[in-house]
Amino acid sequence: MSSVIDFCDAVVVFNGFPALAEASIEVQRGEIVLLQGPNGAGKTTLLRACAGLLPIVRGEASVLGVDLSVDRQSVRSRVGLLGHANGLFADLTISENVMFWAQMVGAKVAEVASILQRFGIDGKLAQQKVMQLSAGQKRRCALACLVVRRAELWLLDEPHAGLDATARDEIDAIIREACTAGATVLIASHELERARGLATRSVSVIAGRVVS
Amino acid sequence: MNEQTFNARVATPTTRLVGAMALVSMAWVVIGGLFVTPKDVNQGDAVRIMYVHVPTAWVAYLAFIVTALASACWLISRKHSMGFDRVAGASAEVGVVFMAMTLLSGSLWGRITWGSYWAWDPRLTTTAFLLVTYIGYLAVRGLGGSLEQRARRSAVIALLAVLEIPLVHFSVLMWRSLHQKASVLSGDGDIKMDGSMLTTLLVGVIGFTLTFSWLVLHRQRVLAMQDAMQMTQLDAALRERANESANKSTIESNRLK
Amino acid sequence: MSTQLSLGRVVRAIVAKDLRIELRSRVVINQIFPFAGLVMVMFAFALDNDDVLTRVAGGLVWLATLFSLIIITQRSFAVDTADGALEAQRVAGIDPAGIFVGKALAVMVQLVTLEIMLFVAAVVLYRVQLHAAGAVLLVTCVLSATAGLSFVGTLYGGLTAGSRGRETLLPLLMLPVVAPVLIGATRATESAFNSGGAAVSDGWPWVGVLVVFAAAFGLGGILSFGSLIEE
Repeated sequence: MSSVIDFCDAVVVFNGFPALAEASIEVQRGEIVLLQGPNGAGKTTLLRACAGLLPIVRGEASVLGVDLSVDRQSVRSRVGLLGHANGLFADLTISENVMFWAQMVGAKVAEVASILQRFGIDGKLAQQKVMQLSAGQKRRCALACLVVRRAELWLLDEPHAGLDATARDEIDAIIREACTAGATVLIASHELERARGLATRSVSVIAGRVVS
Repeated sequence: MNEQTFNARVATPTTRLVGAMALVSMAWVVIGGLFVTPKDVNQGDAVRIMYVHVPTAWVAYLAFIVTALASACWLISRKHSMGFDRVAGASAEVGVVFMAMTLLSGSLWGRITWGSYWAWDPRLTTTAFLLVTYIGYLAVRGLGGSLEQRARRSAVIALLAVLEIPLVHFSVLMWRSLHQKASVLSGDGDIKMDGSMLTTLLVGVIGFTLTFSWLVLHRQRVLAMQDAMQMTQLDAALRERANESANKSTIESNRLK
Repeated sequence: MSTQLSLGRVVRAIVAKDLRIELRSRVVINQIFPFAGLVMVMFAFALDNDDVLTRVAGGLVWLATLFSLIIITQRSFAVDTADGALEAQRVAGIDPAGIFVGKALAVMVQLVTLEIMLFVAAVVLYRVQLHAAGAVLLVTCVLSATAGLSFVGTLYGGLTAGSRGRETLLPLLMLPVVAPVLIGATRATESAFNSGGAAVSDGWPWVGVLVVFAAAFGLGGILSFGSLIEE
């Protein structure tokens, strides 16, 4: 059984600074792993590296069986990343934003409607432009765009931030469903209590290393 | 990773030989160009600028070709060996200097023979564009990021320049042909080249090319040392972070107890 | 599982997205069009000679277009980098060639609209006379030149988008490259206008240059856009 994520002493560098300093982590299919740790520890960098966004300077890193030092591009269509930014188009409505991603993966219109419903985005809200939304509403929209893509590996950076309790419960339910369906999830979060209830396992990221 | 050690003295026998040959040929050109060769029938002493202008123009385009070839090699090679990228960068840096010298000498020559510092001569105009394009290339090299990313971006920009420069040259050529002025600034057609002039010119081309090679060899070696230094600094930074991690882990685990 | 989409559908989705955003926000229409019109007026102030203006009108239209291209390109990418949407498209594994062609086509639509406005301004402000004989030449020139400009703008715009200190690099990289388009489009336009006695037939070789340019950078862009937007 090959792991979904397998990093061995991986190093990622920003302007000479090793944001990931010999980080090793192994994640199996279907796991929900919580990344905790202080700010600046490298949680975001680790998530972005798993998405194939960052060059691996040293060590080994493979995601979904693909060696990232050889090929970072091909793994991306199978991975979904929710970063600090929402990745939304401010002038378009929620429904148009989600439809854009639905078009990109060939998902059906009916699917989009059901996903929006699950996130509590009703007809009226869905027609609002993103620039008019609150931070929490934008986050929900970003999550909806991620869910539409039906990725094998979900990388979530502070998914609960800015959301109210109902929305957080809904997110958790969706994450659990995705796992049952075979997806793997890596979550970086400061919401330790909630995230621990959700996660199958948790690790700490400290000064660019992973400590169990 | 990179266990090369560098001699404190940068010179290797090959580089020394290139340097010595460059010095000799440049001395020949200076003496030959300034004193030994005759004046031109039409231009007088002004023709001596040719011994600078023609070789530097040749080297400017050679630098452009070297950068393009090195960039192509980098893109094609499986290992993406960084040596190619460093040669591309060094060649561009040195090349920019020669391009500027070509424009300067051409401009001065034009002032003396044609009365104006500039004419829209296709060759001069294309060289001016080459200069600006390579200034842009060097700016892209300075954008930062990982070594691999710098190499990839610059390689692509260099190859796009290969696409662009002929198009620029061709359009300017077509454009100036509309005006039907005999504005070939180097004045090759007017100069009766006798034996000594031709020899000196040839030695000049060789001399400038050797100088270019010597400069590029040294420059790419400096770049290699800079890259190796980055690796050493990375090792130090990793050790520091390892300590930081160990300290913070104990603090964290104490806190959680 | 995500299915790999065909290039055509990616392009269509991105063109639709970019144009829809412009229709909603009207940034190009409200800000860049007036800017271009203003540039045309400024030329008249600077050159101060009716005959000269009529004679060089073709060149002035294309100069105003080039200056506007810089801003339109930056706007095209600002829409994507404001909230990390370009990165999201990269992470999602959307074919960069599709993003390139899609964005270039959207820029092209906006640019052609701008040029129509500029030609009208040239007729009004510089007293250019349009002849039916030059119409086909003019239209072909506009389409091929704009295609080339859009490809180059999108390519270098992608490279310089986003990080601080990068956007200012765009004019330096882009303007030398589009010089052949400026030369060719201006000569073809002058032929279409019969400026200074240029015949319509003289313009066609220049259109040839423009087509070659557009093809070269269209292909070059498709091959290299992915490398340039990569981190």
